[in-house]
Amino acid sequence: MSSPDLGGAAAGDAAQAAWAHVEVSRHPDRPYSLDLVQRCLDDFIELHGDRQGGDDAAVVIGLARLGGQPLAVVANQKGRTLEERGKRNFGMAHPEGYRKAQRLFTLAGRLKLPVVSFIDTPGAYPGVAAEERGQAWAIAQTLEAQLALPTPYLAVVIGEGGSGGALATLLADSVLVLEHAFLSVASPEAAAAILFRDAGRKQQAAAALRLEAANLLEWGIADEIVPEPPGGAHTDWDETARLLRPRLEARLLELTSRGFDPARRRERYRRLDGLFSA
Amino acid sequence: MAISPAYARPRTVDSGFTCGACRRTFPMAQAAGSLYVCPACGHHSRISAHERVRQLADKGTFQEWDPDLVGRDRLGFVDTKAYVDRLAEARQRQQLPDAILTGAASICGHPVGLASFDFGFLGGSLSTAVGERLARAIERSAAELRPFVCVTSSGGARMQEGVFSLMQMAKSVAALHQLAEAHVPFISILADPTMGGSIASFAALGDVILAEPKAMIGFTGARVITQATYEQLPAGFQTSEFHHARGLIDQVVDRRQLREVLGRLLAVLGPSAAEDAGRPA
Repeated sequence: MSSPDLGGAAAGDAAQAAWAHVEVSRHPDRPYSLDLVQRCLDDFIELHGDRQGGDDAAVVIGLARLGGQPLAVVANQKGRTLEERGKRNFGMAHPEGYRKAQRLFTLAGRLKLPVVSFIDTPGAYPGVAAEERGQAWAIAQTLEAQLALPTPYLAVVIGEGGSGGALATLLADSVLVLEHAFLSVASPEAAAAILFRDAGRKQQAAAALRLEAANLLEWGIADEIVPEPPGGAHTDWDETARLLRPRLEARLLELTSRGFDPARRRERYRRLDGLFSA
Repeated sequence: MAISPAYARPRTVDSGFTCGACRRTFPMAQAAGSLYVCPACGHHSRISAHERVRQLADKGTFQEWDPDLVGRDRLGFVDTKAYVDRLAEARQRQQLPDAILTGAASICGHPVGLASFDFGFLGGSLSTAVGERLARAIERSAAELRPFVCVTSSGGARMQEGVFSLMQMAKSVAALHQLAEAHVPFISILADPTMGGSIASFAALGDVILAEPKAMIGFTGARVITQATYEQLPAGFQTSEFHHARGLIDQVVDRRQLREVLGRLLAVLGPSAAEDAGRPA
């Protein structure tokens, strides 16, 4: 195993490659969750609210079908126009967003619906109001809700998967990751600020964190990398959906046809790092 | 077993213990006697995992679990220093394999599973080894019907373990499911600080949540919030008292009363409560 030599040319290349990956995942023309929900799923019907007083537009929930199978859907949603970005808060949820997700998991359990989640968030919103209303508690309870969900659960990381905010809808039985998407313990900027006390060294942090999608597959955190059109998903939304839909269908069929046991999901996340024998 | 000194000590000089808040100095024996709570201003100094266990467990009852369980540098991580070197230094300094100490103990005569984070060990951050030791302690507590008491003092994720650190949030919550299935109580105690991935997973899921006075608790740190949003922070933002006022923490408990409060809670909760719940109705 080689440690990157930070001064070397190879390390510079690694930093550039890692950063290019992050930039594609954040491309302003990249398809967002609803763009892919509309192209991959049938008959999507949006539902609203956490039933506790809030309706966070950074998280979208609803019902849909895929290959005739009814589904519950939960997705992080970014905005494309200036106005929509404000409304969606750049895909960063407040506690109400995580409670909205919990409501969806509860609904899915009661109606025996499989869940499909779309992940695309820089992270949970880092603001005063979010903290006042229990951001950490909301995320923790959502982790718990996912691991208690009694029905099959499929997650797909379509863009940014930032920290605990992403984890809130990631703990599925099967995890797909688009080729240029990533999952990270912190944004490269935040990691650089913590590690180097300099957010400007984000490229170096991105390389050190090894956050490219391919690594997630190697480590067993993802089950499959879904290819994107040449250049990235932003070049062709329809083609991106055409590549993704059959993989969602196949994975869902696999989950619903074998004897399903939610305890297996808990076991997956209990043993995920593969370092310790049981 | 050997108990390493509280790491409150590096702040001390030969003449005594200096409070980090009011800067007054006290004889070492007096500081230890008040559990490193300042006798003058009440400031709760951070204490090591070993010191925490010494304060809470009945004398001579602590039996460490998994003393040899350590992780490894999965990413080959180097920032301003190689992660393997950081780990080696922390192990040497804190006399711990990683940032948590777990084991069986009794508190006021009640058997418990006890976990204690060590902030002096890389900020009490969540490594794979910390997550594993925590998960095993939770599972063993469930199996032995021991109420699980966890004192958290943690900055959150350990950046040097990247996404593996993030996944410890999931691992700890998966383990807690077993505790719930066994109807064994979980008492979560939040000490200064309890931030990020730690409070956004296991630490927020206690059946009862206690916190030490003026501990910093929250998902995102104040400095990051200010930088990201330019928001004005309200007075007392993210303190124990702040969260208690918002219904997120059951009680703010002075360290000098913590053992007694735990004793009263445990007397009500278990282990007989767990055994009763395990019996068919």
